[in-house]
Amino acid sequence: MNSLPWFELLPWLPLFGFFLTRLLPRVEARKICLWSSGLTLGLATLLVFSGSSASPGWMGSWWGWNLVHVDEFSGPLLPLTALIYFVTLLATVGHKTQHFSYSGAMLSEALTMGTLITDNAWWMILLLSLGVLPMWFELRARGESTRVYELHQGLFVCCLVFGGWLSERTSAPSLNASVVLLTIAVLVRSGAFPFHLWRIDMFQKASFGSSILMVSPMMGAYLCMRLVLPTEPDWALHAISGLSLATAVYASGMALVQLDGRRFFCYLFLSHSSLVLVGIEMATPIGLAAGLSMWLSVGLALTSYGITLRCIEARVGRIRLDRYYGLYSHMPTMAAFFLLTGLASVGFPCTIGFIAGELLTESVVAYSPLIGSLVVVATMLNGIAVMRAYFRIFTGTRHTTTIPMRSLFEEQVAIIGLSLLIVAGGIYPQPGVASRYRAAVHLLEDLHRLPAEGAVHAH
Amino acid sequence: MNAVQILAAGVVGFPVIALVVLGLSGLLQRPLSESTVDRIAKASVALGFSAALGILGIMLWTGERAAVLDLGNFVEIGTEHFHFHMEFLFDRLSIPMVLMSFVLVGVIGSFANIYLQGDAGYHRFFLSFSMFLVGLLFAFLAGTIETLFFGWELVGLSSALLIAYFHERKAPVENGLWVWGVYRIADGAFLLAALLLHHLTGEGEFMRMVSASPWPEGGLHIDPWSTWIVGILLLIAAAGKSGLVPFSGWLPRAMEGPTPSSAVFYGALSIHLGAYLLLRMGPLYSGSVGLRVVVFTLGLVTAVFAAMASRVQSDVKSALAFSSVCQVGIIVMEIGLGLWYLALIHIIGHAFLRSLQLLRAPTLLRDYRAMENAIGGRLANGQPIWVNQLSAQRQMQWYRFALERGYLDTLIESWVLSPFVRFFRICERIENRWMSFLQGDSKKNSDEGKRVVE
Repeated sequence: MNSLPWFELLPWLPLFGFFLTRLLPRVEARKICLWSSGLTLGLATLLVFSGSSASPGWMGSWWGWNLVHVDEFSGPLLPLTALIYFVTLLATVGHKTQHFSYSGAMLSEALTMGTLITDNAWWMILLLSLGVLPMWFELRARGESTRVYELHQGLFVCCLVFGGWLSERTSAPSLNASVVLLTIAVLVRSGAFPFHLWRIDMFQKASFGSSILMVSPMMGAYLCMRLVLPTEPDWALHAISGLSLATAVYASGMALVQLDGRRFFCYLFLSHSSLVLVGIEMATPIGLAAGLSMWLSVGLALTSYGITLRCIEARVGRIRLDRYYGLYSHMPTMAAFFLLTGLASVGFPCTIGFIAGELLTESVVAYSPLIGSLVVVATMLNGIAVMRAYFRIFTGTRHTTTIPMRSLFEEQVAIIGLSLLIVAGGIYPQPGVASRYRAAVHLLEDLHRLPAEGAVHAH
Repeated sequence: MNAVQILAAGVVGFPVIALVVLGLSGLLQRPLSESTVDRIAKASVALGFSAALGILGIMLWTGERAAVLDLGNFVEIGTEHFHFHMEFLFDRLSIPMVLMSFVLVGVIGSFANIYLQGDAGYHRFFLSFSMFLVGLLFAFLAGTIETLFFGWELVGLSSALLIAYFHERKAPVENGLWVWGVYRIADGAFLLAALLLHHLTGEGEFMRMVSASPWPEGGLHIDPWSTWIVGILLLIAAAGKSGLVPFSGWLPRAMEGPTPSSAVFYGALSIHLGAYLLLRMGPLYSGSVGLRVVVFTLGLVTAVFAAMASRVQSDVKSALAFSSVCQVGIIVMEIGLGLWYLALIHIIGHAFLRSLQLLRAPTLLRDYRAMENAIGGRLANGQPIWVNQLSAQRQMQWYRFALERGYLDTLIESWVLSPFVRFFRICERIENRWMSFLQGDSKKNSDEGKRVVE
């Protein structure tokens, strides 16, 4: 199996889907997307769980470009990202299909998978820069203003490209400038305060599904792991960590007072993704393992949460959180799933987020109890925000309608499948945590931030 | 695996199985009939209770003071000394609490089966009820601080959902959210305390933490400052969960739920969870006189305040709620004085009495009439002598203070919630203006921003 460039197929499958969706009518486009995304998910899962290693690939064989590199860190991110795309597409049914950009989703998946299978800096910079385009095209197609998005993503691309270029220089000022530029690129892409406005703007103007797909794979954190962590001095890591922590607390407070459903979700996601960065930037084995575990749990739980919110939005229109909808009796499964995924994201027992949250708080408290208490504050506020949203959407009144609002078959498949993963990850967390810890140790050893493995274990 | 461990697995396992079955039937949209749900709930309680009774019998027979059911590490990173250890401890503190829980949950479950028959939320109620029982068992039997936190969280969620049980009305839902908010503060304080303790002692197991001595003996060997910090955090957690001052306002709000849940949760079991935490962590408090003074004072303030508030409430459930808080305040005072066994007996006695009172609450007037008919006259309705020593104006001031429940909720709203919401609304307005500026369409977007904020 290793002799074939299987990992390289991961971006090619959705790219093939992208070209087909451009050629075929809209009705067929959904099927094509589901097939190519499903195949990508199946292949990614098979490759990662069978322990296959990346071979040089076609480009490696033809042009000598050894671009494909999948390690213990990026391995689990491949099925996770493919799953995010697949379930989002699967749950795109009914009239949502009219507003969703299938070709954009396929292009975005191809670029994201391409980024995840490489550790080549310039290739990554190219793909991450191209990755901002599908959303830009969608905003243009919807006739929305793109200025906020352009300004932020322009800054991101410029910082990324110049940062990458300067990092190849040898003089100290160039390297320092590179550090600053790459840090800014990470902060912009991750939506850290004060660079978070593009996310709010995007969630309000683009389709909900595309917005979820833009933020859920957390490519800012990936960029940080691949390009920033290896080169940055401790002061830069502390700067990102501090700003991420501030963003986590700020966004959790903002999530709690939001009146618009999408903005609420955007802040909730922002808060959690910032917590991921807090763990990563601690650059200790346990902190990094916590950040990586949180990455998986947030990716799964909050994508599911977003998908549920999107399904509800498809039935009642844009959700306002200053009123009660009382939808429980019409969609009890959706209500249970909404609560489950929301609670999973804030680390409730028996869900995938529980141990990740514990690990993060433990590692941060060990580092500094004061910072640990801020993480706890963010989690606490997020928990209240999640329950507030649940109560506003599903309770408080009796919703009368003549239209059946029960979840459709595809939505149910997505919901139940994700629920099982969230609960299974919560009941049996050891393999996931152990894998993330090993990845963290290997990464830090590679970056010479840790002594060799034997020495660590001896310690 | 010896007989005690098999029985111990039954104590925890049967309620967990009931929860899983009820949860899966809901998630997969395969609703069970009411009689099946009732049978599952009753069977889990009866089997769990029998197993707990069996353990008590064996321990009395053999003279053992503690037994442990060790499920091992839920998660472990050996090199970092990180482990999430699941362990259940059966000792002089946990066994009485578990037996009490099974009895009360069983009785009130049977009551609820009739009380809620035919109600649209019957399944939902019993699902939350099972979750509550599991959470409670995990919390009471926890042999490690992580297990206690696990149960603590489950109790919090089930409580909030049960308060909002009548979820087609706004008031129960708003009260449910309020209680959830208070619980999250308590959870946060508890989590921090647990992690700090873990770091300071290097242990998560209660037995090892307190020099391997069975409860209530032993002591924690950490420096005085750390003892203070952990002690205060645990006290905040306990205050949130048990409705001590300044969090007492949530208890009457919790009475929005159906009578069975009010009885079992806020009258009998849930309200004692904070006191139980203080009892379990008794060795921490016994090492610091200053901390014990703080615990005693908080209990005293709560007891006095709740005694006043309970006397002037206009509805029976609120009056009973504050009476419960008053008793919990006294229990906390006993803990502050180091009277561990007295506090334990007080909890058990109070839980049974209050459950009975809450279950009888809907028929209070009929009960009063029956009593008056029996004694052939009016029931006494006097007031303490010291009240007459106060001037009329002072009496009115205290009356208003008690009627308004010490203005505690109003104070929290105006000093904590309103500034919080105002601050973030201002931030939102600034963000909208900045976004408008970036967009180059200031008028239109700032108007839009205002609409969103409003």
